[in-house]
Amino acid sequence: MTYIFQILPALLSGVKLTLGIFAITLVGAIPLGLILSVGLIPKPKSILGKAGKSLLEGYVWVFRGTPLLLQLMFIFYGLPIIGIVFDRFSAALVAFILNYAAYFAEIFRGGFGAVDEGQFEASTVLNMTRWQALRYVVIPQVVKIVLPSIGNEVINLVKDSSLVYVIGLGDLLRAGNIASARDVTLLPLVLVGVIYLLLTLILTFLQKRIEAAFSYYR
Amino acid sequence: MLELKNINKSFNGRPVLKNVTLTIEDGKTLAIVGPSGVGKTTLLRIISGLEQADSGTMIWNGKPTTAQAMRKQGIIGVVFQNFELFPNLSVMRNITLAPTLQGVDQQQADATAKKLLDQLALTDQEKAYPYSLSGGQKQRVAIARALALNPQILLYDEPTSALDPLLRENVAEMVNQFKASGMTQVVVTHDMDFAKSVADTTYHVGKGGDDQ
Ligand SMILES: Nc1ncnc2c1ncn2[C@@H]1O[C@H](COP(=O)(O)OP(=O)(O)O)[C@@H](O)[C@H]1O
Ligand SMILES: [Mg+2]
Repeated sequence: MTYIFQILPALLSGVKLTLGIFAITLVGAIPLGLILSVGLIPKPKSILGKAGKSLLEGYVWVFRGTPLLLQLMFIFYGLPIIGIVFDRFSAALVAFILNYAAYFAEIFRGGFGAVDEGQFEASTVLNMTRWQALRYVVIPQVVKIVLPSIGNEVINLVKDSSLVYVIGLGDLLRAGNIASARDVTLLPLVLVGVIYLLLTLILTFLQKRIEAAFSYYR
Repeated sequence: MLELKNINKSFNGRPVLKNVTLTIEDGKTLAIVGPSGVGKTTLLRIISGLEQADSGTMIWNGKPTTAQAMRKQGIIGVVFQNFELFPNLSVMRNITLAPTLQGVDQQQADATAKKLLDQLALTDQEKAYPYSLSGGQKQRVAIARALALNPQILLYDEPTSALDPLLRENVAEMVNQFKASGMTQVVVTHDMDFAKSVADTTYHVGKGGDDQ
């Protein structure tokens, strides 16, 4: 028991970094994904529009099609070779936000696709602007549709944040690993597991609550 | 009075509407009929500005106009074939959303909506959400939503198609009641019996003509 209290401060400071990456990534990646998804929806006619959409699709393809671990290493260890240098924390954020925004963009795109075009048309004939239709009619429906998928990604993100280990950041996993190697005991790693479980448990609970709040209509 | 003159529309080079010319008379019910796929919905969408005609003109009370201009003036109300109620909003909010966004104050909008709901036998559904309504109730909410903006002309696309056949007469009765109160209506339908029971004038799409 005393041993647990001995290593707990180190683990908790690791939790702080893990949660920092988690929170900042969400705050950056959800709005970015939403904005990008709007660019993925229309069928552009102009060459410029087509090029823009292809670029977006390429971005989503690359970031969803390669390991996040590779992206992290590429940004932190690779980019300095061509003169682009990030500190560890910024590199982690750039990789996580770009990666998760790609996933969120796909999710939002699916959500927009699932709302009937007729909802826009009904809004239009009621003399609402496109923005009003989005704000009051379409986006609330999209949010409800995407909640389960977003929730799953959010839970993945907590666990994925442990990947920052590879660029030498002091997250929860590193804190546990250091203690385990130093004191030759499994206990720190078990504790790390328990803390991750607690975090995902809280998130799952929140996800259920939010989904329930949206269940007043079908 | 709204006149359509020589409206043409093709999709991918295939003509759908050819020189459609018709008049929507004040206080009358016009039925636009024809077999499925002939272009009735397309015509309704052109009048409501959801589709752009390739050529032709629209004349509102003697002056040339466009569907967009008519929308800004709130001339046209539309009841869609599948109603397109907003599932995330209560019946009440479905009806008051557009008026309040256009500057009507909430109390005024609520009062108007309540009156419409009473007239359409929906008083108890005020707080309900669309998923919980029957087809007939959904249709009446869609009508109330359109009427809340005080349109001069109410357009219906296939008002009997999404309903129990037994309700067909109720719909005809409702359309005729609105007519008695002075409403101008256009009913798009492939159901000839229904058309006969409501129409003052019938326009056959595809055959290019009226038979009065
Ligand atoms: N947006 C569109 N693009 C291509 N073809 C269309 C479109 N809308 C309608 N059509 C075609 O135009 C014809 C008339 O359709 P519609 O107006 O819906 O007929 P109706 O309402 O009389 O059944 C159909 O052949 C339909 O496939
Ligand atoms: Mg049709």
